[in-house]
Amino acid sequence: MSDQQPVIKCDSVYKIFGKNAEKMLQNANGKVVAEEFQKAGCVVGVNNASFEVNKGEMLVVMGLSGSGKSTLLRCISRLTDATAGNIYIEGEDLLALNSKELIELRRNKMGMVFQSFALLPHKTVLENIAFPLQVKGSSTKDSISRAMEMVDLVGLTGRENYFPRELSGGQQQRVGIARSLAVEPDIWFLDEPFSALDPLIRKEMQDEFLRLQAVLNKTILFVTHDFDEAIRLADRVAIMKDGIIEQLDTPANIVLNPATEYVRKFTEDVPREKVLKIKSVMEPVGDETDFSDLRVSEDALIETVAEAVLGDPKSVPVLNANDDIVGVVHSSKVIHVLFGENSTLESNA
Amino acid sequence: MSFINYLSERPKLTQLGIVLIVFFILMSMTGQYHDLIVERHLFAKSVVKGEIQSSAGFAESMSMILNWQLPPQLVRIPELTFYHPVINTSATYVLIALLVTAGLLYKSFAESVNKSQWLSVNWFQIISKGFVGIIVGLLFIPTLYNWFFGEVTSSTFWEIPTMLENFSQYLMFEFWLTPVYDPEIDDYEDYGRVRLFTRAIGASLLFLITLIRELLIGGFETVVSLANVFSDQSGWDWLGENKDKWYSSIPAIPWTVLTAGAFILGYKLKGVGLSILAGFSCIYLAVFGQWEPAMETLSLVLVAAPVSVLLGVIWGVLAYKSRTVERVITPLLLVAQTMPHFSYLIPVLVFFGIGDHAGAIATIIFATPPMIRLTLLGLKRVSPEVLDAGMMSGCHNYQLMFKVLIPTARRDILIGVNQVIMQCLAMVVIASFIGAKGLGFNLLLALNQLRVGQALELGVCIVLIAVVLDKLSLAWANKQTDYFADLSFVERNKTALLFVAVFFAALLFAWFGNWMFADTAKGINYFYTIPHNKGITTEPFWQAGVDFMVSTWRADIKIFNKWLLVEVLMPMKASYLAMPAIATFVLTMGVGYIIGGIRSAIVIGLFMLFIALTPWWERALITMYMLTFAVIVSVVIGTIVGAICVQNKRATKFILLVCDTFQTFPSFIYLIPVIMLFGVTDTSVLIAVIVYAVIPPTRYTVEGLRNVPESLLEAGDMSGATKLQRLVKIEFPLAFPHIMLGVNQCVVFSLFMIIIGAFIGTTGLGQEIMQQLFSGGNIGSGLILGLCVAFIGLAVDHLIQTWATKRRKLLGID
Repeated sequence: MSDQQPVIKCDSVYKIFGKNAEKMLQNANGKVVAEEFQKAGCVVGVNNASFEVNKGEMLVVMGLSGSGKSTLLRCISRLTDATAGNIYIEGEDLLALNSKELIELRRNKMGMVFQSFALLPHKTVLENIAFPLQVKGSSTKDSISRAMEMVDLVGLTGRENYFPRELSGGQQQRVGIARSLAVEPDIWFLDEPFSALDPLIRKEMQDEFLRLQAVLNKTILFVTHDFDEAIRLADRVAIMKDGIIEQLDTPANIVLNPATEYVRKFTEDVPREKVLKIKSVMEPVGDETDFSDLRVSEDALIETVAEAVLGDPKSVPVLNANDDIVGVVHSSKVIHVLFGENSTLESNA
Repeated sequence: MSFINYLSERPKLTQLGIVLIVFFILMSMTGQYHDLIVERHLFAKSVVKGEIQSSAGFAESMSMILNWQLPPQLVRIPELTFYHPVINTSATYVLIALLVTAGLLYKSFAESVNKSQWLSVNWFQIISKGFVGIIVGLLFIPTLYNWFFGEVTSSTFWEIPTMLENFSQYLMFEFWLTPVYDPEIDDYEDYGRVRLFTRAIGASLLFLITLIRELLIGGFETVVSLANVFSDQSGWDWLGENKDKWYSSIPAIPWTVLTAGAFILGYKLKGVGLSILAGFSCIYLAVFGQWEPAMETLSLVLVAAPVSVLLGVIWGVLAYKSRTVERVITPLLLVAQTMPHFSYLIPVLVFFGIGDHAGAIATIIFATPPMIRLTLLGLKRVSPEVLDAGMMSGCHNYQLMFKVLIPTARRDILIGVNQVIMQCLAMVVIASFIGAKGLGFNLLLALNQLRVGQALELGVCIVLIAVVLDKLSLAWANKQTDYFADLSFVERNKTALLFVAVFFAALLFAWFGNWMFADTAKGINYFYTIPHNKGITTEPFWQAGVDFMVSTWRADIKIFNKWLLVEVLMPMKASYLAMPAIATFVLTMGVGYIIGGIRSAIVIGLFMLFIALTPWWERALITMYMLTFAVIVSVVIGTIVGAICVQNKRATKFILLVCDTFQTFPSFIYLIPVIMLFGVTDTSVLIAVIVYAVIPPTRYTVEGLRNVPESLLEAGDMSGATKLQRLVKIEFPLAFPHIMLGVNQCVVFSLFMIIIGAFIGTTGLGQEIMQQLFSGGNIGSGLILGLCVAFIGLAVDHLIQTWATKRRKLLGID
């Protein structure tokens, strides 16, 4: 993987709103203090963001409202132009593209899902999904048949002739997802896709999303304000505050080692068993030989196997991807995770 | 003491009190001029005769004021003399103006954060503000001084109408001439290019109208007029050359074809309901013998409406794309929508002449502004995410506009189309003043002959055309495509085929009709066409009704009328005229200040000043008196009726339907019954105005009360409020901002009708506009008069909008 170039690469990206943002930025010499800019009538949206997203990886950008997370996403999709810095899409300099090339890029490589669904009210489900294809110039027949596939994929079969206003929120967002996937993009942007939905529907849509991702394996940039959603879905999470990326790491590491006080506040109430994998609580295989018959995978979330492990008085062997035993996990450890005492955990992690 | 406390807690009330006290003090100070100003124009006449001075000098003014007497320039604003800076400026003025400007600039510099960039950021403001400063300092302040206390030597402002008139004449006949071949004198003659241009526009519109007209009713007659369009322009005698050819005598389409077509089109677009509506409307037109004028009107609307929609969408899109266009266009639209229709007619008359094309152009000018506004509104309301979604789907600019933005804004744009159609038909009557043929012209004739029944039938025709066109265009825009139907050619085109079949069937019918009706006395082929006024009519019935009303109630009405005129209207009119100008300014600007602060006061002041500077101030006062009376009565009736009706669901539905119908009805119709009952007096006009202007307050009251959140009503019920308490304490306060928008509409509607009322004789601004129109049109006077009316409307509009916005913010509604 490492020799491959990242699909998205951001190199100290700034986005500052205001009249003479560019001049101010030049004068600041790379050190942007939000308050100073505010005094001059500028608002700092994104402040020195640098990161990479690899192929097939899902990066979740998490932050509260006004943290600049959506602005960052808009910079990378070039819905707004970044004030400074470089953005590379598969090695191509995004900011150097002219409008024609940008349109080509969007038509072929990018798909985006929006918070309020952003469906075209005058088109049916089918027409909405076929829209990117028709814009691209596909024939009506091709685009409609492709759109029908997408309707099946997101489970809206039978509703293709409905108008958006006749659908529930969850169904509308399924249309949004189908539309963004219709051109088979490599990069998939999701801007708070589930925020406008009820909690139950949100959970259902997250599951649906994970199922889709397992099938499609896209490179994903996902923006959310919901920390639980972030750690549930992400390969890696970037936590933003006031335009600055506070921490960018795997969900487990963020929960275990919050980099700043701000991040720690989010992690406080997170149930660890939902984030941590067996790998992080297992012990090396010692002298014991009296193993349980149960076997667990090292990548399994503690939550999913806790009941089985707890019900077993003996230590449970842990397997890696190749079915080799790499360690054991004991019920006492699981109890620690479930009911507290972080210190013991961290020393073993 | 407690009284002072009470007032200091209510600053607005105190301010209002002060304004009113000052107002009445000023009212009492007219003194020796009182008898002159209560009679319209007497003051101006006395000035002309030299009996009184139009303005007094500074010292004299002061002594007059000390003697409880307003100086003449404050009683009636004198003709304005623009101050000529080069001749009259003293060094002091220049110095003060420059110092003030420099001080403001220095203040801006001292307060700026980034001093090194101050110039590059603010250069535009510096130049514009400096410019304004110099104008105000050098021109405005000295002019004001000169105007109030100096000597009046010449009047510039009163000459503006003449200047405009001369300018338009110059533009048409002397500017940028070019030789044009004139076949009649067989020589070249100099024509103004502007005139050629406007004539070309007129001719092309006329061509389109005549083309449609020929298809619908024309036959040979319209071929002649069509050919005339060409021969006028080029001298090519097409008709003479082709007299014997078969196509010079094509008959028109029989009405049966069009009626069947309406049935089919309605069915194809929406279904049985629309099919029946469209079809029976056509049958109504034909049976009542209004087929010909209806088709004339239709041909005009079918040209004017699409042009208006197209222009509206184009300008709306341009305004959406460019801030500059938006900024320029917004105030123009505001004025255009409050100008009375008649004042549009005068420039159209001058630039485009008389005829159907002039009617179409006036209609287009009138119908386009709402379309622009609604297009812009709709485009602005498109959610930014939808725009983003379009961009991320890879739309280029063209696709973004036509596939994403405009369709998404469709709701508002369709409301715009509806407005255009309604405006077009509202203009039908008014356009007939400048030569548009059709229903409007006939309606006008019926009005002149006081034929209620016929006018009513014609009114219904106009409403039916409006409704059918509106519904058809709506259904057309909402049509869906079915992607999966796999149909054969016949199935796909069955409606078209049906129409072709019907077409030939109807032709056959018409052909047979030749023999069928040949023996009857009149010899009219009813299967081909029903000539004008040869259909059935319900006129005798209506006439009998009106006769009955008149004979039964005449005496009572006469007493009421006399009482109203003598006890209410005439004193009110006299007291309006008795206001010295300065008192009017104090009152209006004071109210402006209380509602919207100093900014509103200045805006209102400028509107009023414009009117006061024209020669028509007294006429404007009369218009204002009628406006006040009509609006107060309409609002009281409207809110009460609305509040009662909203208590019951069925009554709500009914009253909204009544509102819709009354609004589409050509407003002229209201004039007939009231003239018959009340004679040609202010009462007639006011009653017609109230009938028309009561619609918006009723509608907005119903809407406002209906939109009060259910939870608040329940909260009221649970607090133990009675139905009346709930209405007074919860529903009305919350619905009030919305109701005020209804009042705003009521003002616009009233103004519109008061101007039309001039048609039966009022002495306000409307009469003056009519005179300008009938005397061949002085473009300048017409425009300035139109602006006066528009500014009255805009001043009220400004006050109510400011108030409603503030109030809404306070209540936290949207």
